Amino acid sequence: MKIDAKGVYYRELNQKIREAVAGGAESIELMNVNGQYFIGDGINRPVTITIHGVPGNDLGAFMNGATIIVKENGQDNIGNTMNAGKVVVHGHAGDVLGYGMRGGRVHILKDVGYRVGIHMKSFDENKPVLIAGGKAGDFFGEYMAGGVLILLGMYTDDPEKPKHGFRFGTGMHGGVIYIRGAVDETKLSREVGIFPVTQEDQQELEGYLKDFCKDFRLDLKEVLSEPFIKVLPKSKRPSK
Amino acid sequence: MNMKPTHNFEKDISNCGLTGFISTSGTLVEGSVIIKSIALMYDRGNGLGGGFAAYGIYPDYPDYFAFHLMYENSMAQQLTEEYLEQFFFIEQQEDIPTRRTPAIVNPPSFKRYFIKPMETPEYKEAIEFQNMTDEDIIVSHVMRINLEIEGAFVVSSGKNMGAFKGVGYPEDIAEFFRLEEYQGHIWTAHNRFPTNTPGWWGGAHPFTLLDWSIVHNGEISSYGINKRYLEMYGYLCTMLTDTEVVTYMLDLLIRKHGLTPELASLALAAPFWDMIDTLPTDERELLTAIRQVYGSGLLNGPFAILFASNEGLIGLNDRVKLRPLVCATKGDFVYMASEEAAIREICPSPDRVWSPRGGEPVIARLQNGAV
Repeated sequence: MKIDAKGVYYRELNQKIREAVAGGAESIELMNVNGQYFIGDGINRPVTITIHGVPGNDLGAFMNGATIIVKENGQDNIGNTMNAGKVVVHGHAGDVLGYGMRGGRVHILKDVGYRVGIHMKSFDENKPVLIAGGKAGDFFGEYMAGGVLILLGMYTDDPEKPKHGFRFGTGMHGGVIYIRGAVDETKLSREVGIFPVTQEDQQELEGYLKDFCKDFRLDLKEVLSEPFIKVLPKSKRPSK
Repeated sequence: MNMKPTHNFEKDISNCGLTGFISTSGTLVEGSVIIKSIALMYDRGNGLGGGFAAYGIYPDYPDYFAFHLMYENSMAQQLTEEYLEQFFFIEQQEDIPTRRTPAIVNPPSFKRYFIKPMETPEYKEAIEFQNMTDEDIIVSHVMRINLEIEGAFVVSSGKNMGAFKGVGYPEDIAEFFRLEEYQGHIWTAHNRFPTNTPGWWGGAHPFTLLDWSIVHNGEISSYGINKRYLEMYGYLCTMLTDTEVVTYMLDLLIRKHGLTPELASLALAAPFWDMIDTLPTDERELLTAIRQVYGSGLLNGPFAILFASNEGLIGLNDRVKLRPLVCATKGDFVYMASEEAAIREICPSPDRVWSPRGGEPVIARLQNGAV
């Protein structure tokens, strides 16, 4: 079903979406979205929501099993405290993505902002994965406690920009970050270090990237044509 | 199991919102455009402050300082007008057109005056022997009116520009001031969510001095040290809120001390020492000097600001980017806003959209001779 979001206030739009989900809709297409907050928040059914336009902040927060496909750019706080499901953004996205994310996938095709993957965490089979195909701002993986962050640095609107910013992994004490190509060691925070990717890692990584490439119809071989490195915390104590 | 909610999940979203744009070729744009952009971010404010700055709106008086005055009572108006007549040649004076709207409660009254300093003996003394300029004289009069005349506040004092602000949502303030009737080549707007200072008419953004205007999202925790530093140079903070210091700091750094906007931005949002240490010698020495000389000018705390002047529009984040700022270009237009959607609302398909780095100013200058 289609919902025209043009000029619709965020509460009203989200109410319509929730009603459609409650009514058993399998896929919902939102037309003319611009800036409406909280789309897909708390939805706990496997429904696909396709968004045309730029959705507002806190997209897919607390989401539990739904899939959101954004055809253009995203804003800040995507996947805030998300449990399960997937958010796919076919453009760039803003700051604080995957804040406290506990499960599910966030796939961003292009650049991402500051504090991406902040305080992501994992428990048992719940393991969040956030992949950015472009470049990242400062504080990538800040206070990260679990889960997987992947940075490709490939699909960017700004080829001049460095692949990632300063204070990389500040406060990181769990989880893992994979980076395609090299990492700028002068921008790493002192609590993290660089480690080689093991065969087991590589297998897991390729699984994640396969899914990413499928979403954006990218060539997995090209993505894998450069080796990845791994960034891990040196200690499990968050404030050491 | 009965899962009762432990608290009310209907949370108010607290932010401020800002947006602005410039036509670098000086194309005039109607007020309705900026209103549309700021109104999209309705939920970033809470109705306790909205405001706009507009440049190029008074082409009939390009050489006169346009004083927008806010009066809380008629005595304030009488005293201010006596004051102005004493020191200024007044080319034109009029009420700022407003319309009564139900959303705006108990507004003060507003007048504007197009003025030039009169050649009084005091003026001659200041120009000839104290090395002051007309701009310096305007600044000192603005400070005196704000400080000494109770209930009178200078809302703006630049040439060919004006600020319109008050208590209400920005779209209500725009309706009150009939903003759709103005045309400008630079516009900025602000939607306020006051957190720790009062929501009053003078405390709404933008904050201005001469043709500087600032809209700000964030909190300047260095307000005390900035304020004391500015007092040494004759700037008096009378608006009861933090953003005011940014306006005066820019006037001091750029107009008085001759810093470029780039260098002034580096003083306000200086890189951390450990980053300065990694730079090549020239840059390291320059940034070290700026931090040493302007240590009291450093803005601490989270901020995204837009500052405009008759020269152009600049966007700046704090150095660790604790507030959002997105920029875009389309032809000769440059847009800057808290959210990309606020830009898309008035520019659906920009040529380029990007998020600037923390502490890195985005500078859009008006082309030479554009206005």
